[in-house]
Amino acid sequence: MSETKLPENNVLRLDHITMQFGGVVAVNDLSVDVNRGEIVALIGPNGAGKTTAFNCITGIYEPTNGRVLYNGNVILANCPHGKMKWQYIGDFAPMDLKPVIRTPDEITKLGIARTFQNIRLFHNLTVFDNVLIAKHMRAKQNVFSATLRINHAEEARMRKETTELLEMQGLLKYKDEIASSLPYGLQRRLEIARALATSPSLLLLDEPAAGMNPQETQDLTDFIRKIRDEYKLTIFMIEHHMDLVMQISDRIYVLDFGREIAVGTPEEVQNNDRVIDAYLGVSEEDA
Amino acid sequence: MDKNNNLPLNGKKRPNLIPNLIAIAVFIGLIAFLEMNKFTYTYEISTLERAAVYAVVAVSMNLLTGFTGLFSLGQAGFMAIGAYTVAIFTIPVAQRPSVYYVDGISPLIANIHLPFWAALLLGGLIAAGIAALIGIPVLRLKSDYLAIATLGFSEIIRALISAPQFNKITNGSYGLKNIPTFPNLFVFFGIVILCIALMVLLINSSYGRAFKAIREDEVAAESMGLNLFHYKELSFVISSFFTGVGGGLLAMFMRSIDSKTFQVALTYDILLIVVLGGIGSVTGSVIGAFLITFGREWLRFFDEPLTIAGVSIPLFRTGFRMVVFSVLLMVVVLFHSRGLMGTNEFSWPGFLRWLKSFPARFGGRKKVPSDPASKGGTKA
Repeated sequence: MSETKLPENNVLRLDHITMQFGGVVAVNDLSVDVNRGEIVALIGPNGAGKTTAFNCITGIYEPTNGRVLYNGNVILANCPHGKMKWQYIGDFAPMDLKPVIRTPDEITKLGIARTFQNIRLFHNLTVFDNVLIAKHMRAKQNVFSATLRINHAEEARMRKETTELLEMQGLLKYKDEIASSLPYGLQRRLEIARALATSPSLLLLDEPAAGMNPQETQDLTDFIRKIRDEYKLTIFMIEHHMDLVMQISDRIYVLDFGREIAVGTPEEVQNNDRVIDAYLGVSEEDA
Repeated sequence: MDKNNNLPLNGKKRPNLIPNLIAIAVFIGLIAFLEMNKFTYTYEISTLERAAVYAVVAVSMNLLTGFTGLFSLGQAGFMAIGAYTVAIFTIPVAQRPSVYYVDGISPLIANIHLPFWAALLLGGLIAAGIAALIGIPVLRLKSDYLAIATLGFSEIIRALISAPQFNKITNGSYGLKNIPTFPNLFVFFGIVILCIALMVLLINSSYGRAFKAIREDEVAAESMGLNLFHYKELSFVISSFFTGVGGGLLAMFMRSIDSKTFQVALTYDILLIVVLGGIGSVTGSVIGAFLITFGREWLRFFDEPLTIAGVSIPLFRTGFRMVVFSVLLMVVVLFHSRGLMGTNEFSWPGFLRWLKSFPARFGGRKKVPSDPASKGGTKA
């Protein structure tokens, strides 16, 4: 499926992604490259379209226009069709692509895991079950072998892996607690652990530090670095905490009103006028 | 919550083992006693059988509603499919002309006779097959809309069964009779327990966890690699299979069925059991099935005229039973807003705790702080 020349180590490429809802363009001609082992951040003011971009990558939305490539293969592609043909107002011209649509579960199977901005745990299940469910996807059992317990070797393996993962994330002592009873920081951590349990190679984190105090944010910074190295991950994240972003990002993409307004290393982005304007607003005289 | 580490996988200590064995022994003894005296206790036996059939259907509805989070009201329809399959294929060939006395029987099925277990299995499979078909459009709907669609389906099935065009197969509105019953009570309760045990095994398996994940959060479940449609359809089909088997059991227990047996009221009965027992609790559904079926019978004396000291109490007349029953249901639901069991499962330590909480509850001693476990009134 790969027809584009991509650098060897490219993991994720968004190719002119536009997401339009009716007359609202939430993401406008966004192109992103994420390379293996990198931590790339996507920042921008509220409502800039960051989470929408994530939802396009993970198959929750079908992008209106553009392609998503993962390890050099097109995993999602779409161009305006039907009513959208004449409604389309994105910056980049319609690409006339053969649509490739995948559901979120197929994207996860490819090795792209994600967390959510507003934590989406299985609230009434135990911490252990939360992670164990993620193991289901890669199991070979079927419904009969699972019901009749013919798969007990596999089940035992899944449980062992889950225990190991929880141990590594320091969550093992909470394993029988109900997920919603955990403190907020641990819920975040559990969500990341659950995403890791799907054995991803690319991890999308949607505001992992939301609602955390500076100390927790610092812990999270170390934690993200640690999991990147331990699990050989590539991380693409949305974040508002600038200290976190500036500390660990290799590259930063800045979105405003759906458009990419800047890209570069943390230093470059920090000194970019358009970024400062987007965050602080432009006064009447300056404009 | 059900503790998944109760699985046979990790050989942990099981405090329930001995009381369970005793309970099983008592149960087998009871069945044996009833089997030996089946002509003395016909009334008790038939109530017990009805409760057991309802338990199977309630657990299968709970699998769908309580564990997968799909609110379906198609139970009566799937039961009808199972019941009619069992009836059509098990009525002895010799008696068929007298059953299909109006229009005769279609030559296609006139000479096909199946043993009851095969007919039950077939009934379940046909129900499951139809569920698979209607699941494709219907499972795209959510919550109440799914309930309405399945309710409509159930009514369609009932209308089709009573349609004169199908007289040669379903005997239309005349119903089917002379359905052979079970060889003995052990077979009947064996099938009931097998069905419930299979569903419990499923719920505690990896697939059961997947169902619960979908119930908890569809978006998160999908991002964990679970194909929503696939798993919803799976749950719907399995639930319908056991509902179909339950319908077949009902046909064998009632010995004669007609389309009126499978009105919406039947679905509501099952729904009542599931809600009263606790949505998401298998043991709750079983307890609910027995409580509701027996409750209706125990309250029968309200239907009899009552005279105390020469004064006839005017309230006690036919129909008063259901008023009392409904009031009792309301009281139970007011005090146990999440059903008798909530989402917990029955356990003996929990049962003992529940028994011990009685003096504290009714003794008027406010000293005992109600711990969260007993506050919900749950037994586990």
